[in-house]
Amino acid sequence: MKKILEVRGLSKIHGQGCAHCYESTGPEMDTNLCPHCGSVVAAHGVSFELHAGEILGIMGESGSGKSTVVKTLFFDDAPSAGEAVFFDGEQQRSLFALNAAEQRWLRNHRFGMVYQNPHLGLNFNVSAGGNIAERLLMSDLTHYGQIRERASMLLARTEVLPERMDESPKQFSGGMQQRVQIAKALATQPPLLFLDEVTTGLDLSVQARILDLILEIQQELRTAMIVVTHDLGVIRLLAGRTLVMKYGRVIESGLTDQILEDPQHAYTQRLVASAL
Amino acid sequence: MQAILKIEGLSKHFQLHDQNKLIPSCANVDMAVYSGALSALVGPTGAGKSSVLKCVYRTYLPSAGRMLFRDAAGHVTDLAQASEYRMLELRQSEIGFVTQFLHCLPRKSALDVVAAPLVARGDILENAQEKARELLRLLNVPERLWAVPPATFSGGEKQRVNLARGLIARPRLLLLDEPTASLDPATTDRVVDLLKVIKAEGVAMLAIFHHPELVRRLADRVVELAPPVAVTDLLENCAS
Repeated sequence: MKKILEVRGLSKIHGQGCAHCYESTGPEMDTNLCPHCGSVVAAHGVSFELHAGEILGIMGESGSGKSTVVKTLFFDDAPSAGEAVFFDGEQQRSLFALNAAEQRWLRNHRFGMVYQNPHLGLNFNVSAGGNIAERLLMSDLTHYGQIRERASMLLARTEVLPERMDESPKQFSGGMQQRVQIAKALATQPPLLFLDEVTTGLDLSVQARILDLILEIQQELRTAMIVVTHDLGVIRLLAGRTLVMKYGRVIESGLTDQILEDPQHAYTQRLVASAL
Repeated sequence: MQAILKIEGLSKHFQLHDQNKLIPSCANVDMAVYSGALSALVGPTGAGKSSVLKCVYRTYLPSAGRMLFRDAAGHVTDLAQASEYRMLELRQSEIGFVTQFLHCLPRKSALDVVAAPLVARGDILENAQEKARELLRLLNVPERLWAVPPATFSGGEKQRVNLARGLIARPRLLLLDEPTASLDPATTDRVVDLLKVIKAEGVAMLAIFHHPELVRRLADRVVELAPPVAVTDLLENCAS
């Protein structure tokens, strides 16, 4: 299997930071707030690799730093330290060393992101079809007819009625908004997709269909994905390997069935034991 | 003859941090599994029979010991130390696991559940489904159920779907944890016949059977596991 992403020592501090931030925070200290300078250590020393077509789960409670990891990789947020290499065909791109234009190009052409909050992923002032068109335009498709055709195809694929493509996502249900986000993310057929709590807050039946859709896409397109969630069911269903995070650190990683059936860390044992 | 899997000194215990407890399971297991033969694990409840299988599949992390697996190319991997990617690769192409219970994606038809291992390996969907039909027919799963998700099936029907899924990719090593536990005698006979065919084709099997009769009918080797070590002994051993 081909490696598509390698992350080494990724760290993110919100605040000015000080020399004691890392040693004063983490699972052992039971906090991610530095007592010396008041900064929040959202992530520290996060390392992992991702192979083409693989789904990696990142599991943890609110504040564990799991979303921070994907936000830095998608350039929504700049890391404080660390390195991430994206293997793009023959090329290797060191993500955090790229300039803003290069980062934008990768976001538009090679990466996709689906946020928990559809307001972050969609522009509610334009139609559902327009949202997808925006992304297609940025990826150099300029013919109006072609864009419309492709947008309608993508919406059909994610089970949004193409007849509604000219409506604003405002008028859609939460589940449909997530589908439009997925269609938009997939518009450029990116080899790497980030999914941040995409089913959180949706009805169970709607959740189920979104998860089915994600799996179908992974099988059809062999898209590599990083799935961030606090939901063990989602992890079990989607991810082959899983990282468990707490207070910004990866405390345990392994094959998903092993993490769920034979967790090693006290915290993971508690998480698994408290699952419904 | 070379073993496809050689287990040396395998032990597994669970450390429950919150309760500050060590729960012993299998201890000091030595055994070998050969191509075209079935090794049966026997022993009292709690001796850790299922734990051995789960350690081999790496659903459990072994606490001690080696599990040397010889792959199709002749390379030997210690499954206790193998990387996650290596394990995923072996699960996809060489090591299959059929448990008592069917864990599968909800909302997928029985046919697709059975075909999934081949699809995951990159086979064309139509071919995979054709093979799935063949196996479901062979295992007596009524055709009217093929398009239905197995969630609503009876225990016996689920188990047959489970078996079909485990057998379809013809792994070189098949782990079986009571694969006939809820089957009627006629279907059990079919499963026994099928396992004999697969064995004759050269598949190595490591199995747990509830009924001693099945061990007699299928096993070429029997390995008896000792009852679990008392917790205090284990603690002393760990301390020493």
